[in-house]
Amino acid sequence: MIRLEARPAPSRLMVLLSPVIALAVTVAVAAILFASLGKDPARGLYVFLLKPFSEVRLLSELGLKATPLILCSLGLALCYRSNVWNIGAEGQFLLGAIAGGGLAMWVTMNGVAVNRWGFFPFVVVAGALGGAAWAAVVAFLKDRFHANEILVSLMLVYVANLLLTWLMFGPWKDPKGWNFPQTVSFAADTTIPRVFRGLRVNWGLAVALAAAGLMWAFLFRTFRGLQLQVGGPAPAAARYAGFSARGALWTTLLASGGLAGLAGAFEAVGPMGQLTPHVSTGYGFTAIIVAFVGRLHPLGCILASVLLSTFLIGGEQAQSTIQMPSALTGVFQGVLLLAMLACDAFILFRVRRGAVALRAGRAS
Amino acid sequence: MSVPRLELRHVTKRFGAVVANDDVRLTVEPGQIHAVLGENGAGKSTLMKVIYGAVHPDAGEFLWDGRPVQVDSPHQARALGIAMVFQHFSLFETLTVAENIWLGLSREIPLARVAADIVRKAREYGLELDPARTVYTLSVGERQRVEIVRALLGEPRLLILDEPTSVLTPQAVEKLFVTLRQLAATGCSILYISHKLDEIRSLCHQCTVLRNGRVAGICDPTAETTASLSRLMIGAEPPRLVRREHRPGNLALQVRELSLPRLDRFGVTLDRVSLEVHQGEVVGIAGVSGNGQAELMAAISGEDPRPEGEAVRLFGAPIGRLGAGARRKLGLHYVPEERLGRGAVPSLSLAHNLLLTRREAVRRTGWIDVGKLAGQARDIIGRFRVTAPGPRAVARSLSGGNLQKYIVGREIDAVPRVLVLAQPTWGVDVGAAAQIRGELLSLRDTGCAVLLVSEELDELFEVTDRLYVMARGRLSPPVPTATATVEQIGEWMSGLWTAPPAGTPASSGART
Repeated sequence: MIRLEARPAPSRLMVLLSPVIALAVTVAVAAILFASLGKDPARGLYVFLLKPFSEVRLLSELGLKATPLILCSLGLALCYRSNVWNIGAEGQFLLGAIAGGGLAMWVTMNGVAVNRWGFFPFVVVAGALGGAAWAAVVAFLKDRFHANEILVSLMLVYVANLLLTWLMFGPWKDPKGWNFPQTVSFAADTTIPRVFRGLRVNWGLAVALAAAGLMWAFLFRTFRGLQLQVGGPAPAAARYAGFSARGALWTTLLASGGLAGLAGAFEAVGPMGQLTPHVSTGYGFTAIIVAFVGRLHPLGCILASVLLSTFLIGGEQAQSTIQMPSALTGVFQGVLLLAMLACDAFILFRVRRGAVALRAGRAS
Repeated sequence: MSVPRLELRHVTKRFGAVVANDDVRLTVEPGQIHAVLGENGAGKSTLMKVIYGAVHPDAGEFLWDGRPVQVDSPHQARALGIAMVFQHFSLFETLTVAENIWLGLSREIPLARVAADIVRKAREYGLELDPARTVYTLSVGERQRVEIVRALLGEPRLLILDEPTSVLTPQAVEKLFVTLRQLAATGCSILYISHKLDEIRSLCHQCTVLRNGRVAGICDPTAETTASLSRLMIGAEPPRLVRREHRPGNLALQVRELSLPRLDRFGVTLDRVSLEVHQGEVVGIAGVSGNGQAELMAAISGEDPRPEGEAVRLFGAPIGRLGAGARRKLGLHYVPEERLGRGAVPSLSLAHNLLLTRREAVRRTGWIDVGKLAGQARDIIGRFRVTAPGPRAVARSLSGGNLQKYIVGREIDAVPRVLVLAQPTWGVDVGAAAQIRGELLSLRDTGCAVLLVSEELDELFEVTDRLYVMARGRLSPPVPTATATVEQIGEWMSGLWTAPPAGTPASSGART
């Protein structure tokens, strides 16, 4: 009989290996899926996993998709390390998009003369404030009324969605836009400066990478960062040390809301160039997977963002080149997360044959 | 000579690089009370789990009534007639005694019959137990009785008890011994795991001593002295503590008429608790766990900031409403009972765990001086002889005793004005416990006020100057340790400090 036995100590190897094994499982599932749909698995896997790296244009698109994922997942990793279960990055993303996009729209409509580099910081501030304000609602309700932050943050996603839809169909609708629910196209000088001529990837990516570096320093080199991380794995230790749970709640929610809002503003004022009801394609939710696949570590968030962006680009490519539904992207994301959660069991447990091994903890 | 009930030969069990049991042999005769003595980490628990089928040994033979058997699961062990009472009970708080016991039985037996069986079995062994009571209303001693009766209902031929007296008052220990002697007289063998030498000498017929996973000796405990047993167990006699005269200074910590309603129904309500600790003295709080000690500690440490400000004072200043961090800034340091998860974050390194209570390595900008932090951790590791690979080792990789030395070291190294400790030597090996007690005494001699909550009466008598006893959320008047007796403190542990001392309960029902 095969049984799980608790390891004497968590396996460090499995901590690193688990995402790799999960990816292998996902690839295997993908191959079976392609084969059962009558497609060549090798070609399917190539399109999904390797093609995004084969062209400069696709690499640029990859960077563009990774930017919001990195920003959102960094904030979520901070929250989850602190035992604050914010799953509403999507809503905070939308509010950031409304704030950043609204600013660009106002500048465009009023014909204010701006220069790209001069306007960029305003986009950053507006997006961060918008997202942080939305997350502050969650923090306030939790702090004041002990409302469950999982429910509140999730519900606020739908409120944010409706708010955006109302703006698009109502007051912010482009008067010359043939009644489409969208704003005017923003003036060229409001959009985020691009890194390379002819490619859509912009300096938002650099901001995201810098944010990852800052997050690393904050988490592992500052006292405040350490304080926040005690509450997650050991709430009793946080109480013992006298670290404020309220402080952790507000700090992590405002920071993660701000980062998600930044992502939203970058999306609106970057590749979109206008606001529509579809400014997000679920980046805030995908970022939850990114945060866990990335082991709640800033560097891991970057790698996992690249991986999941590959799935996104691969899904688009699969649709156009081998006539596969792009919904496969969602399937692969789900398989990846599930496989990793399953593999994570082997960090604390190992497989034993034959022997029954209950309560086999540390020798004592 | 009869066939041994249980015989283990050459049992070896490794966990990774750790050899928990190395070529262990153990022979238990029918009707024998056999002690397994050893420090924490000597391999007692692993050996018991091997017998109970919860751990599979890497090598060795298992003979039951002279026949080789293979025990692969606790289920098989029970089928052979092996029952075990664990140190930590597995009872559902919200169910009744009968329901708890019923859970482990076949579903065909009606609950009413289980209840009747419990009453009969309890009466047979002179145990008081009401099957209709809900477990959360039971004291720890009563819960243990539930576990014992549950084991006895299976008509065991070998009963394993893991540190059964750690939760009992001295009087309750006597009662337990009466039951165990009676059980042994019926022919049931008993394996008694303990590190308490006096108990083993008064109860057990034979003793197997484990040290570092190996059998260090097999002896007749009644023919040994406490010192000779201790030498077998740790390879040396524990260092004797040197005590100086009790010269208390100014009032340091004061709790006055503190009443706090419990936070949930499993908690304890504090009822007009008053205590005083002066500089340069060690004050002890005796009592069985779960009588309000945890609640009192939280109110003193600041983890529970509900008290009136005036109810807790530090050098005269009201601190009842201050949080734990603010109290620590005023010089009040605390070593909590739980090491992992409260005194230390399991996943963080030893160095980072310093930051829970220490700020020396944090610059004014909030930046952590990593080098200084590691140096500080290295100093504590060295000064308190903590066995650890270094400052980067994560807290959960240390043994309980070593982590405790590190946590106690962290607080002593902070030069506290008042140090409060809850069960600082619980589960700590004899050498480390002696070291921690020695540190407390030298801290007292430097003028620190020390408040020590402990279940171990020996420890309290060894290091304290004055004693309080806690029972059912109330605190007794203080007594000078020099004039207190074990009988008196034991009586007080039942909450009877106003009653005259009763005679010791009848003991020795053994017919061996």
